[in-house]
Amino acid sequence: MEVIIQMMSYPFITRAFIVGILVSLCAALLGVSLVLKQYSMIGDGLSHVSYGALSIAVAFGIVPLKLSIPVVIAAAVILLRMNENGVMKSDAAIAAMSASALAIGVTVTSFTTGMTTDVCSYMFGSILAMSQEDVVLSVILSAAVLILFVFCYHNIFAVTFDESFSRATGVKVSFYNTMISVLTAVTIVLGMQMMGAMLISSLVIFPALSSMQLFKSFKSVMVSSGILATVCFCAGIMVSYIYSVPAGASVVLVNLFVFMAFMIVKKLLLLQNRDI
Amino acid sequence: MKDSKCLVSCVQAGLGYDNKPILENFNFEVYQGDYVCVAGENGSGKSTLIKTILGLIKPVSGHVELHDTLKNGAVGYLPQQTQVQKHFPASVMEVVMSGFLNSMKGRPYFKAVERKRAVRNLDRMEILNLRNQCYGELSGGQQQRVLLARALCAAEKILVLDEPVTGLDPAAAASLYSILQDLNKEGMAIVMVTHDLRNAVTRAGKILHINEGGYFYGTITEYMESDYSKIFI
Repeated sequence: MEVIIQMMSYPFITRAFIVGILVSLCAALLGVSLVLKQYSMIGDGLSHVSYGALSIAVAFGIVPLKLSIPVVIAAAVILLRMNENGVMKSDAAIAAMSASALAIGVTVTSFTTGMTTDVCSYMFGSILAMSQEDVVLSVILSAAVLILFVFCYHNIFAVTFDESFSRATGVKVSFYNTMISVLTAVTIVLGMQMMGAMLISSLVIFPALSSMQLFKSFKSVMVSSGILATVCFCAGIMVSYIYSVPAGASVVLVNLFVFMAFMIVKKLLLLQNRDI
Repeated sequence: MKDSKCLVSCVQAGLGYDNKPILENFNFEVYQGDYVCVAGENGSGKSTLIKTILGLIKPVSGHVELHDTLKNGAVGYLPQQTQVQKHFPASVMEVVMSGFLNSMKGRPYFKAVERKRAVRNLDRMEILNLRNQCYGELSGGQQQRVLLARALCAAEKILVLDEPVTGLDPAAAASLYSILQDLNKEGMAIVMVTHDLRNAVTRAGKILHINEGGYFYGTITEYMESDYSKIFI
């Protein structure tokens, strides 16, 4: 408890907490749908695109978010369209896009500033990076995500479970897919400043993956992912503060720990059922 | 539509995409209580026909009319299963309830009447005992019954099935066929795409056989006498 009070006395940690909790929650909810649609790598791909956009923004002296948010949204929508039209298999498309964006980013950086600490903090994140603007943006983002998931919950379930049937019953499948892509893009851009381009995708994947070990209905997987994401993020930041390790890495490690714990519980439950 | 029992009617229709018809001069009608099997090689236009019946694509030329009750997506559709669904963490009830989406129109919750109907449809499929189980942990035949119950929630008059027995073992396929037959006797029109024509001719009332631009549509007896039957049987 003392540690928490001590942590909160630093305004940058308070900001990191607010942004982090909201972004983790959004990433986890969107993640359930993405993981189930076998789109897990989208977080990884988009974070690399975001890295490329950030390096260009830094090189040309533009405010990073002003460039990276539209670029990453565009990338997300393009990836989605490619998949819908069957132009390219989605995993191949994501891999191609993420490597290209990374290469562009590295090239631009080497021409201008060189590999400075700035660039390093995009790769692995920095808890110091959160500004007042990020706090406002993350509040808006999470409001949008929550509204979408509360009011259109059944549509999101239908689109995730069965696109053909949803289309036939008149659900606007493309609209929901685009919404999910755009919101994922914004989540990634906001989250990667803290978590780093290399680690942000874990926020999308881990909560859903852990929840699916134990929960067997869509609603319970959703709720559990949201709770897990929030709890893991807070635990990760505390670990990071107490042991002075990078915030992004410790959040990922806490998530990994929870995932393994859930897997063990699942195995134990299976064994128990077999005995009966 | 002139006849209130006519659910789908194509008159001199050209079906296809982007102004390129795959099927031309196509005349086809489905009435209440019909049992139609659709056969044909891959690429012959079976899925195009299904998409037209579902109202997802418009005819390139001619007329396609759907019964008023079928507009707004009120067609009971059973699509081919995808890999994603086989291990999906959803309860059976969640899947079946998603059949009501077309009647919700932006309402974010389900009504009690809809829950009752979902339960009744599960009972009709003889899987009421599975209602709280995880869809991803059911057998192929059970999953197919769940999807059929969902289709029944979406529509009262017509079921459109896309190769429903693919991947099922013979026993599960036979029980699916007998469920379809029972539904058909209750007045449900059935349009089923299938490669399993031998089974189809013993159960269906009519056959639509599409073959490279041409097609045959008629009763089983007419079909057996036509040249089309020699291709498959």
